[in-house]
Formats: sequence, C-alpha cells, structure tokens
Amino acid sequence: MAKWIKIAGGVVVIAAVGAGVWAWDSLNTGRSKVAGDSVTLAEFTSEDAEAVERGEYVMRMGDCAACHTREAGEFAGGYEIATPFGTLVSSNITPDAETGIGGMTEKDFFNALRQGIGQHGMLYPAMPYTAYAKFTDRDMHDLWAYMSTVEPVQNDIDENGGMPFPFNIRLAMAGWDMLFFDNSGFEPVASESDAWNRGKYIVDGGGHCAACHSPRNALGAEVASAYLQGGNIGDWYAPDLTPNPHVGLGGSSAEDIATYLKTGTDGVAVAAGPMAEAVEHSLQYLTDEDALAVGTYLTSLPASDNPAPKAASLAETDMARLTDVYEVNCSACHGLDGEGIEGMVPAFSANHGLLGDPTNMIHAMLKGTRAAHTHDAQTAAGMPSFAWKMDDTQVADILTYVRNSFGNGAEAVSPEAVAEMREALDAREPLRAATN
Amino acid sequence: MNRREALFSLGSMAAAGGLASRAGAAELKGFPKQTAMSADHLPTPARSGGGFQVLKSETDQKTVKAVFDRLIPADDFGPSASEAGCLEFLDDQLSGDYGAGKALYLEAPLSPENEEAIMGAPQFLSTPRERYETGLKALEAYAQETDGAAFHALSPDRIDEILTGLEAGEIDLGEGVNGQAFFELMLQNVREGYLADPLYGGNRDMAGWKMIGFPGARYDYRPYVDRRNEDLGLTPVSLIPND
Amino acid sequence: MANERPKADVVIVGLGWAGSVMAEELTRAGLNVVAIERGAWRDTSTDFPPAVDPDELRWHTRRELLQPMSVETTTFRNKTGQQAAPVRNWNAFQFGWNVGGAGTHWAGMSWRFLPWDFEVATQTAERYGQERLDSLMAEGLQLQDWGVSYEEMAPYYDRFERIAGTSGKAGNLNGQKIKGGNVFEGPREREYPTPQLKDTNWMSMYRQTTEGMGYNPFTIPAGNISQAYVNPLGVTMGPCTYCGFCDFHGCGNFSKSSPQACILPALMRRSNFTVLTETEVLHAVKHEDGKTVKGVKFVTRDGEEGFQPADVVCITAYQMDNVRLMLLSGIGEQYDPATQQGTIGRNYSYQTCSSVTGFFSGAKMNPFIGGGALGVQIDDFNGDNFDHSDLDFIGGAGIMGYSTNGRPIANMNGIRPGNKRWGSEWKEAYARDYQEVANIFCQGTSMPTRDAYLSLDPTYKDRHGQPLLRLTFDWNRNDASMIDYTTKKAVEIMREAGGEDIMVDNQAEASWNPYKQHSSHTIGGLVMGSNPATSALNPYLQSWDCHNVFSVGASAFPNNGGYNPTLTVGALAVRAARAIHETYINNPGPLVEA
Repeated sequence: MAKWIKIAGGVVVIAAVGAGVWAWDSLNTGRSKVAGDSVTLAEFTSEDAEAVERGEYVMRMGDCAACHTREAGEFAGGYEIATPFGTLVSSNITPDAETGIGGMTEKDFFNALRQGIGQHGMLYPAMPYTAYAKFTDRDMHDLWAYMSTVEPVQNDIDENGGMPFPFNIRLAMAGWDMLFFDNSGFEPVASESDAWNRGKYIVDGGGHCAACHSPRNALGAEVASAYLQGGNIGDWYAPDLTPNPHVGLGGSSAEDIATYLKTGTDGVAVAAGPMAEAVEHSLQYLTDEDALAVGTYLTSLPASDNPAPKAASLAETDMARLTDVYEVNCSACHGLDGEGIEGMVPAFSANHGLLGDPTNMIHAMLKGTRAAHTHDAQTAAGMPSFAWKMDDTQVADILTYVRNSFGNGAEAVSPEAVAEMREALDAREPLRAATN
Repeated sequence: MNRREALFSLGSMAAAGGLASRAGAAELKGFPKQTAMSADHLPTPARSGGGFQVLKSETDQKTVKAVFDRLIPADDFGPSASEAGCLEFLDDQLSGDYGAGKALYLEAPLSPENEEAIMGAPQFLSTPRERYETGLKALEAYAQETDGAAFHALSPDRIDEILTGLEAGEIDLGEGVNGQAFFELMLQNVREGYLADPLYGGNRDMAGWKMIGFPGARYDYRPYVDRRNEDLGLTPVSLIPND
Repeated sequence: MANERPKADVVIVGLGWAGSVMAEELTRAGLNVVAIERGAWRDTSTDFPPAVDPDELRWHTRRELLQPMSVETTTFRNKTGQQAAPVRNWNAFQFGWNVGGAGTHWAGMSWRFLPWDFEVATQTAERYGQERLDSLMAEGLQLQDWGVSYEEMAPYYDRFERIAGTSGKAGNLNGQKIKGGNVFEGPREREYPTPQLKDTNWMSMYRQTTEGMGYNPFTIPAGNISQAYVNPLGVTMGPCTYCGFCDFHGCGNFSKSSPQACILPALMRRSNFTVLTETEVLHAVKHEDGKTVKGVKFVTRDGEEGFQPADVVCITAYQMDNVRLMLLSGIGEQYDPATQQGTIGRNYSYQTCSSVTGFFSGAKMNPFIGGGALGVQIDDFNGDNFDHSDLDFIGGAGIMGYSTNGRPIANMNGIRPGNKRWGSEWKEAYARDYQEVANIFCQGTSMPTRDAYLSLDPTYKDRHGQPLLRLTFDWNRNDASMIDYTTKKAVEIMREAGGEDIMVDNQAEASWNPYKQHSSHTIGGLVMGSNPATSALNPYLQSWDCHNVFSVGASAFPNNGGYNPTLTVGALAVRAARAIHETYINNPGPLVEA
C-alpha cells in the first residue's frame, strides 16, 4: 500500500506540471497529417478487401480485442481494469457514432492510437499507445480500414468514471507523456536483416512486449536500460527475454521462440497466465515468417547480466521427503524426471523460466492457471490450484524442491512470499482435517 | 487475469470468473475461465470439535461404540474402531448428504414384501440417519429386554452373540427395524470409517491403511509397476496431510 | 412458447461420449449445435485433479460423480405380471451426471465388438444351420442383425480410437494375425494409437498361465493411455500412472480417454457450439404431422421450462434415458412382449458376467497399482471364436485377469472363504488377503429375448412428474449356459495359476436384480437394424418414425458382445454424425427407405 501512495503522489505532481506544458513534443500530432480528416468512421466502410485483411492482422498483432471485446460484443468495450489509481473501463471502439469511435476521422484515430490523444481527452497508458506509436502509416491505414468493417455496437461507456480525483483528470497524462512517451515512429536499422527489423517492429510496436517484459519505474514507465530483461507485473512475472543463459532465453533458437509464440509452448515451457492470453488472442495469429522474425530479433539482443541463480541447499532428509511429496502431488503430470508432457504440461527439467523470479510458480500453485488454446495446440490444460491443500510452507517447500531438482538450482522460495501472494490473490486458506 | 490488468496494475485483481456459479443453469459458450478448484468439488473434511451432531444421545454413542468395537476390536492388527475415529466418522457422515439420503429414491409407495422379493434385500423409505436413530433405540431396548442391562454394558461375548444373530437374521428388533439390514448398515459404515481417508474423521493415523498395506492417496505408481511380489514399503498418505 | 431459444441446426441431448463426438463432427462441418446436459460443467484441473481424485469414499463409495437415484431411477421386475419396484439405492447402473457423462468416470476398456456380434442371426444360421437358429428363436431368443457389418464399422472404430488415444496391440492387422495382440479381433487397418499398458504382478502371472494353457492372452485395449499422445483434434493426453483411482473417478492427469481429455478442449472453443448445463430435456416435441420433431422441451435447474428448436435432434443420453426420451416424446410404438409389436423398448439386454477369485499365499500383488482398463484377457471363449456345434448355447465371454484397483473399502470382502466379515478374524484375514487375492472376470455376451423389454412405469415418477422407465428382465437359458461354461474355464485358469480357496460368483445362477450386479453395460431398447418392424433406428441411427431424430448409445445394440460398450457407442456416434452432415442436412428425409 505504501508504494501506491508514493506513486499516486507522483502523479499529482505531474498533473500540475503537465497542465502548464502544452506544446511538448509528445503532443505534436504532425505524424497524423497523412491521415484523412474529412470522413468519420461511422460514414465509411472500406471496400479494399486486402487492406481490411491486412488490418485484421494488425489488430491481432496489437491484440485490441483482448481489452475491447467483452460481453457487450466485439470491440464494444466494457472491460474493467483495476489500477492502483482506480478502475478504468475499456472503451467502445466500434464505429457506433454515439457511443463508439464512429465520430472519429482517420486522423483522430491516428492521434488516439499512436499518441494517446483521444476524443474525450488524453488516454491513460493502460492503452499501449506508447508501443503503438511505432505502427507504420501503412499499418495504421489498414487498421482503419479494418475497423470500418466492424459491426457498430451501441454501448455507452464511462471510461474513467471509476477514477477518483485527481486521477480522473485526463490532462494529467500529458505530464506523464512528457516524461515517458517517445513520439517517434519505427526506424529500421539498415545494418540489420529484414527479418531482424520486422521482429523489432513487432516486439516494440504491435506486440508491445516490453509493456510486460521490461521493468517499470515508480511511475509505471518502462525502464529502457533494462529493456526486455524481465518485469514484475504484480502477481505475475514476465521473464527475461534476452539470451541470458540462466534465466532468459539463452539456448532457445529463433525457431523455438517462433513455435512458442504460435502454440504457447516450445516443448519445454508452457505459456500460462497473461502470456497464455497473449498467445491465444494475438501471437498465435502471427505468420510463420513474422513469428520467426520475432525470434530472430530476440536472439540477437545482448544477454542481460541477470546473474545465475544460486542453488538452495536442502538437507538430505528434506530432499527424500520432498521427493515423495513430488511423487504424490506433481509427477503424474510433470513427470517423474520433471519431463512434463510435451505440448501440454511444462517440464521442470531444462526450463530456465522457472529459475528466476518465483512469482509465476507461486501464483500457479495458489490459484491454478491455464495454458493457451491455439489452433495447433488445442488442449490448454489447466494447472490445478493447491491453495486448499497446502499451507505456505508446503507450497514453498515443493517449489524449492522443483527449483533444485532435475538439474536445476535456484534460490529457495520462502513461506513469507507464498503468504504474501496468498493474501494478494485472495487465495483460500488450506483445509485442515479434524484433529480429534 | 488479463494481461492488460497485469500491465497497468501494480496491485492485485481477482481472477476472471468464467462459469458464474452453480446456482441456476449455465449457458456456456467458450471454455470456462475458472482455474481454482470448484467449491463443490473440494474435499469436505469431518468437522473438528463441536461434539456429535447426530449421535447426540450418550446412550446412542455408547451403543455404537459397543457395536463398532466388536466389529473392529483392538488387536495386533490395529486399533479398535472407536480408537480409529469411526464414531466421529459415522456422526459426520450421518449429519451430511449421506445421512440425509440425498442420493436415494425415497418416493412412496413401498410394498416391503414385494420390493424385498424383487430386489433381494429389504428396501426403505427412511434415510440412513433415521435408520440409525430407530436401530440404536431398538438395540438398546432389545438388551434391556433380554439381558436387563444397557447394550453397552453387555460382555464382549454377549455382544458378539447378538451381532451374530443379527447378521444371520435370527434376531427380531421389533417393528420398523430390520435387524439384519441394520447390522449390514453398521458393518458397512464402520469399515468405511476404518478404511476411508482420515480426512473424514476415521482411519486415524491411517491405521486401517497400515493394516492392509494400502499406500493411500498416491497418484503415480509408474516407478513400481514392474516390480514383482515385493513389499514396496510405501508410506501411506492422506489427501490432506495433517503435518 | 415462452423461453424459446434461437433455433439450432442440431440439438444434442446429453453431452457424454456420444454427444461430444457428434457435436465435434457436426460443428467441424459448420453446423450450429446446442447441447443440453443435465449435469454440471466439470473439468480436469478444477474438479478432479490428482489432489482430489484419490478419494475412495467420495467417488467410489458415495459415487459423487454419478447421477443419483433421487434425480431419476428405473423401476425393475423380472417378468411381466410382477409389480415393478423402484431402484432406490446405488446399484449396478452408473449413469453420468456432468458434462462428459459416464465418459468421465468410466473404466476405459476400449473394445471393438467382434464381426460376429453384429450378425449373430445370420452367422449362427450360416455356421450351425438354419435349424439351430430357429430353435434358439423358438426358445424365446430374439436374434437379429445390426444392419451394419464390422467391416462397415471399422473406419468409425478407427476414428474413435484416434480421438481417444486407445492403448493396445493389434492382433489382426488387415487380416494378418499377430501374436501378442488379440488374434480373434476383426481386421484393423493400423496399430493402436498408443502401445499397450504394462503388466502388473497378477497380469504377468495370468499371461504366463493362459499362454501355458495354449490360449492367446493379450493386454486389454485401454482408454488409459500408455504415453503422451496428440489426437486428430490437436488435443494432447498424458501417460497413465497406474494410480488405481479410475472407474468411478475422474482422471486427474489427462490419461483416461474422456470428453474432457479428448474432445471438450477443442469443441468448447468453437463459436458454433453452445452447451446448456444443469438443464434437463423433458422430451422432444413433434410437428403436427408426426413425421418430424420441432425441437426439445427442457427445464433448468431452477425449474424454468424452455424450448430449443432445431432441425435435427440427437438423443445421446445413457442407454436407459435414450429409450425413455423416445417414449416420453411419443416417437415410435411401445414394444409389446405379448405380440412382439412395436419397437421402442424391444431387445433390452444386460451383460452376462461372473467372477472367480483366488488367493496366493505369501504373494505381494500390490493391488493398488491399477488402471480402470488394466488387464490381460483371452478371447478364446468369446463370441463365436470357438466351436459351438456340440454346445447348448451361442456366444461366449472374454476372460480377463485384471488389476483395476486396490481401493480398500471396495475390496474389504475380498478375503478367503470361511472368514467372518468382522471382528479380529476379519482384520487378520484382510491384512493378509489384501495382498494375496487375485480376480478373473468373465464378461459375456447377452442375447435378447422376447420377454425382456423397457416401458414407462405406471406408478413411479421422477422429480419432474414424468414416469420412470420400467425394466423387465431376467437371465435367459442360453446366456446362463454360456456363462456356466466360460466360468469353468476361468476356474481352470485360476487353479493352473496356483490360486487357492477359489470363490466363484456366477451372476446368472439366480434371478437378476440390480443390486447383485456390478456392470453398467445395459443395452438395447432402441435398436438399430434394417427392418423397421424389428428395429427403432435404421443403420444410421436415424429413427424410422421421425426422420430428424437420431439416437446414439448402447440402446442401439440389438445384442450385447462380450465386451464393454463404449468404443462401439463412440464409433456409432461418428457414423451417425457423418450421415447427418454429409447427407441428411442437405436432403432431409429417411436415409434408408423402409
């Protein structure tokens, strides 16, 4: 809680500063000049089938539906996003003139998507315009064409009605943008291959990978110096995507990464939690070529210097006891040798993602999780929750065991970390049998 | 949790709902998003403390104990039924769905002779809880009448004699109680208590499982399937270990 | 009607194996499908993961995954003239009570029926003469072919095996007999999807013994799969761990073939598929002309009634409910045993079984190492695999040495004969015999008779006030002779294996009743065939009476094979669904001319 107050205080200050600084570069909408400004989305339906199809691909890459599609209909918004500052509701982005974005011209659309300047004022950076800023004009035109074919849905949404003062002042975001928003398009690096440039474009643009996989500062902005080196996103951890040999993608080929993006698994690791959703709704739709381009780019990054985890030392008696606990609780799915089930259940052996920050393992143990459902891997198997069965020490012990078996070595998981997560996730307390 | 929440939230959010609840019919389109255990499929441990819920009368408790400890006495093979928690097990079972006969078809009419003839055993419209209530009273009355003493005060040999008579259908416990069927019910329940997972109140210290060498709530015997005629030396485990 | 839902192309009544196989085929073909299931949604990780599953009291003794009798039961009598009584308590029948149906809690034995099973009447006449068939019929048997041959069924069996990941070893590959597999099986075009399971101690003893006696033992084909497998729907399954908590339990590690493990992950995510859970179909509603139905009337858990219109209605509940729903919907004519008129309820039959128990002094059988379908079988005395010329019966039984479970409550009477079931005597006996006991099971054919049938009960009702189904059945002379013969073979095997204190439970020795039996393999009542006078469904499982009604289940079997029914049900489901989307939907009407 203390952390939130500090952040909230920071935003108040910025709001004040932001109000005074108008003509900052981050608000310069010069890039949108290429867009039309006469016809609104409600008045227009693209007849360029190829552009529409390309636009749908851009929509998938940007994963618009993840936030903007809920019960009210496709792209009709209504998804509540809890933030430390209050609740935001995703907007209706169908071409409905009254409640959607039907009143926007293409230029308005460009401004909103690439710069966070919306029709009711500044957008909150829950909308990843910081990444979408990289979208090329061509992709933007295509996306506009695609959105024009979306069925209008009437669904009135008060996006920031759940934000208390002063966070309901959208203008505050201008200050945030001034500090953290890079209002420049994607610049290819001439010395790199087309695949590499395409990969970087997807990673930094539509894919907005750094949104999760880079750490954020106290004001919620990505830390550029630790680009893609792993980020804590509350109760999940987005691991190091650099070729770090200990906790990152070291040892993964571009092909492995492509397979993971398209199926949610590379045969060892299995996407879970928010990454499973990203794969399911967005990444699996990448073409083989684009998925491989992402792999090409990520494998080219300099490895982070995240250190090799130090193995925990477990007493022999503990190891023997926990070997039995593993056999009773885990091995049926994860394998007697930690081999997992290819394409469905993550392996513990040779799975670097498990050795760093244990947040995901604790989360999965307490709340359960589910793998991605993709066209090629249909199972989307669930990991059951153990909150009802194991107490904090038991969860910590078995995770420490897994992190130090099957050729692994990593810091012990503490019961305190499990307790903290149990509370944060509102996971249930363990059942206890009668002791009469 | 959606990754957008993850993205902008530094705090925590409850996981997405999926299947709303079991109240009312559900129209499912898409795969339910729930990942935690369904509430109605969590194990339900026997209540801890609070005394007996169904076997409230002290006489009933003593009668059950007297019967159970002859059906499963303490000996070299393990503790007695009551030492293993079979009374607590029974009380807990009778206080729940099992005792209430929730699964049973209890609609009238019931023609006892016809149903017994067709089904090969007597049938009842009463629930297991009701059958215990009447059966235990009948047992006590029988002891008072034949021996002039409380059932629980009878000698072990005399209790064995009565149980043997009930089992053979040779003892009439009076109107409304089928002695043989009541014996079978008690025998079934006491052995359930001795052999079910300890979470249900019986099989204390997994005594029943140790007696026969059953390793309990394990889920992977791949390391052992090829081993022939060996004592595998597996320690039994409960579904909810108490340590 | 109030609460009328949008019309569907197809409504599926009951989302178990048959329903989910059909829904998968039909949605893949682009049809809009609504399934209505009486039970609740259940999935592996949220409802029966490994940390919940190994609980005998809950799942096996109290049967919490099964449909309780308070929801619906059957009434029963041995013969007409008796007053049928309701089956009030848990009994042999094990109906499903959740999305996935009985396919969630079944044991997993995954048999193809023998070619003979589909053509008992014809093949008996061909091999033993028309007179032999006539005399069996005169005795009261009601033998009739299925209207589909094994050869026609083979591709559908293959499809279902691929979906289910069935483990096993072929014994007849395209006509070539292979030792180690079941050399009596009908020809299959390829190996099983996954290899056979491993032997337990008892299985290896049984295998050695029967081999030594000149028989042909093989590992039972199983829906407990032996290694990770990806099925044609792109769904992955895990390897069986021999946990011993299989039948009556869900499977916690995706290794038992089930709608959850094999179909629902793909099916549920199709946009043209919807399932209404905890909603019970009361009956179908006919159009005025009576030749087709408009849809089904249902009631939700909260008692709200509604109507689901559809172009095609597929009744895919358990065998009993398929028959009951047809009767409640007024489709077809009730069978009358006095006249043999009418087809609904005709050819009800059960499965003729016995078990032989032996004890092996000093053995460590470790019976807790088990699987629902884990066993070694010989088919030397099954079907018509042996010469019946000098025998007074037709049919036979598979004889298996099995290792399904060592659940302590279920096996507590598995003690040497002569020991009391209580007191120190029981404790001493069980402490010893738990490890020393071994079982052989004879699972036999059942031939239909004129007198065995299903009808609506005149007295007893379900919770919605609809009549219960009444079962009239007893063993027939042919089947009793058959099981007597095969049981003796089983006793010989047990003796040869070294079993002592042998106990025999021949179920056909006394009148049938549902508490004495252990098998849920109840069949018939809505049988398929090529003659509308003697069958309710044509060979595509289409009602002869209402051409937009299809029904799949063991209710369609005119006679029972010496095997578990599920694989045949699954294969029939594929066949029916393909007939619907390949032919019927474009050209509605009878697929076979009466």
